[in-house]
Amino acid sequence: MSKQLAKDPLNIIICGVGGQGNILAAELMASALVEKGYFTSVGETYGASQRGGSVMSHIRVSASTEYGVLIPLRQADIIVSFEPTDTLRVARDYANQTTIVITDSRPNYPLGVLIGEAVYPSMEKITEELQKISGSVQIIEATRLAMDAGNSQAANILLMGSLTALPQLPIDADDFERMLEQRFFGQTLELNRKVFKLGYEQEEK
Amino acid sequence: MEWMITADQPGKTYLMQGNEAVCRGALEAGIRFAAAYPGSPSSEILTMLGHVAENMELYAEWSTNETCALQACLGASFAKVRSLCVMKQNGLMVVGDALHSASLSGVKGGTVLVVADDPSAHSSTNEFDSRHQARSAALPMLEPANMQEAKDMVKWGFELSEQLQQLVMVRSVTRISHGRSSVTLGELPALKQPPAAIGEWDRLVAINWFKDAQTAKIDQARAIFEDSPFNSYKGPENPDLIIVTCGSGWLYSMEAVEVLNLQDSVGILKIGTTWPLPENFITRYLARTNKVLVVEEVDPFLEQNVANLIAYHPELKIELMGRHGQKVLPRNGELNPDVVRNALAQLTGAIYKGPETVIVPPEEAVILPPRELTFCAGCPHRASFFLLKQTLRIQEGQGVVMGDIGCYTMGGQRAGHYLFNFLCCMGAGISAAEGLGQLTRFGFDQPVIALAGDSTFFHTCMPALVNAKFHDSNMLFVILDNSATAMTGFQPHPGIGLTAMGKSAQPVSIQKVVEAIGCPVTVADPFNIAGTTEIVYELLKQPGLKVLILKQECATLAVRKRQKARVWVEPDLCRGDECGCGRFCSRVWGCPGNIWDYEAGKAKIDEVVCVGCGVCATLCPAGAIKMEGGEACE
Repeated sequence: MSKQLAKDPLNIIICGVGGQGNILAAELMASALVEKGYFTSVGETYGASQRGGSVMSHIRVSASTEYGVLIPLRQADIIVSFEPTDTLRVARDYANQTTIVITDSRPNYPLGVLIGEAVYPSMEKITEELQKISGSVQIIEATRLAMDAGNSQAANILLMGSLTALPQLPIDADDFERMLEQRFFGQTLELNRKVFKLGYEQEEK
Repeated sequence: MEWMITADQPGKTYLMQGNEAVCRGALEAGIRFAAAYPGSPSSEILTMLGHVAENMELYAEWSTNETCALQACLGASFAKVRSLCVMKQNGLMVVGDALHSASLSGVKGGTVLVVADDPSAHSSTNEFDSRHQARSAALPMLEPANMQEAKDMVKWGFELSEQLQQLVMVRSVTRISHGRSSVTLGELPALKQPPAAIGEWDRLVAINWFKDAQTAKIDQARAIFEDSPFNSYKGPENPDLIIVTCGSGWLYSMEAVEVLNLQDSVGILKIGTTWPLPENFITRYLARTNKVLVVEEVDPFLEQNVANLIAYHPELKIELMGRHGQKVLPRNGELNPDVVRNALAQLTGAIYKGPETVIVPPEEAVILPPRELTFCAGCPHRASFFLLKQTLRIQEGQGVVMGDIGCYTMGGQRAGHYLFNFLCCMGAGISAAEGLGQLTRFGFDQPVIALAGDSTFFHTCMPALVNAKFHDSNMLFVILDNSATAMTGFQPHPGIGLTAMGKSAQPVSIQKVVEAIGCPVTVADPFNIAGTTEIVYELLKQPGLKVLILKQECATLAVRKRQKARVWVEPDLCRGDECGCGRFCSRVWGCPGNIWDYEAGKAKIDEVVCVGCGVCATLCPAGAIKMEGGEACE
């Protein structure tokens, strides 16, 4: 028996900083869902910044109808994030008391912090607030794990492994891996497969 | 993705980006010609068509500007070849004259112009609404409400264009162009039409004689639109309120009605053919209600055209609401599901109960550092702005800096030390500098600097440079040549020697163009901070027009080609806060690769972010930043 859609529409946000592979991750996840026959819409917000700006993708999944590409405020069911302060920024707008939050703990310092005008908050403080405003918070050191596996850039695929493992998602590991096979080959495919599995196992723990 | 837009799998459904759907629609229509100038959110369209051009037997080019692109399409259309032209909203403003003239002459082969607007200006300096141009130029216009329609409308647009012998405009927005949803593929044509011969007496001439023909075409379009499948009504027979909507507003409206449980009292009239309006179709539904809410992106264009229609139909008794006068929807900015749902709730008295949430009071909330836009790690613009700011600080007289449009527009913000005094549109920096530089004769003695990127140079700076040269304005024109149209995703331009179809071509040298115009030109490396600062200092002292090319490849492109050097901070050499440099590398230089290790109290390199340009190593006063291996930046 394959997994079922936990809620209709299921609203997923994938967010982080430009250059972290957020858009590709969302595209692969949504493609896997379309292949399973779900109405899936994706909205991407990345603004003028190629690198370094906040980036957010909304994925909306339904068995019955097509939805607009943006998730209403407070209605994200799952937030997957590659950057802790962006996790909190997004959760403040989109999380509710049942939202599942999965976040990397590695900071990407904004300009104000580099310059010394702003302070980067501690992971403890961020987690504490995330726990108050969401249903559950899970920290996965995706960038470090991906770096150890061969390339920090693969953190996006690693976190897609963790997302796929959630019981709320109506897809299995094979469904996502097929998307990887469609898009990558050679060493990149091998690395992506490896980190996807790593991420999947992180969630299973 | 290229394989998806060319897949010979009619009936197969894929997740497609709106821009991919546009490509697919054009390929299903059998286009043989495509031209565009990059601009978010439209840029992916020609990038993909360029990649598949050879296989799909079409020609695709990145034209030097939008006017060139549209007129090239008209040329191809003259030989009865189907042509697709693509641009963003600003581009359409550049094209104004060409657009209105083309509408007078009409077209031969089907010609579709896709314009992608950017509500809320996510990646633009404005949120111009392109639709006014369709009305002004008397062109039929279609507005897709989802990705499937983006494909279907583009495809049908070619048929309509040939039927009317008129240019057809398709207006997309960011949430369509940069959104994704399911698209079911249609058939690709087996055979492509060869170009038709143009006879001695064939004409494509834009002159006022054809005004009546132009009007007849728009009337004919109106009649065709009356039966268009892109227009539909869903709702009760006699609703309390009808939402008239188009584009991305449609799905937000559907969701609002569903969430508020108003299926029995609110109807949705979706209009896909937004100019000219199918008046009979709309009037028929408006007669069933006396309250109308118009939901659309950016200006109250549909709303005011519906208002017009009501004015001509005294039998309609309607309270019209929307963005005009800010009755229920905000006048400016992008729509979203919340804004539309709240407006509908306000109008109907329906109660919305959202999920249970906890809001942390501001005094307990973590203070989040804002994530400002900044130049990428290793970006040559960071070096250029730093050295220009430095020069302006040491030379006499308050320099005035005229900015332009590109990644370097960020130079007007903190990332570029707030260098700009002036910013308008593409090519405006040098033109405005020319005017300012003429005031020397009346005693204006401040140095004037204009900046522009390489792609912008070709786009609109060349006539301005001729103007500045001929009239010998007192100014320094700095061309930030990073060998890419970087902001929109690294599209090639004439200076690079690569076409949209991936072919090598003889590059047009910016330096030679400038020299041919008769300007003295200096080429320098922005990564050589000290040397280039001296060059700028000397140039500013000279009278008349000077041109400086700061040449260094975009870091994001360069890092893909070169072996990356390892850059690190030698902890024993970094003196930390004792140094007196005030944490120069992370605080002043501001590259995301230069971070501060608060535990050690010393500088550090973020190895994930650093691209190994090594410029910070040349600037560290303690010589603590080291660099090893890798290939040097040329």
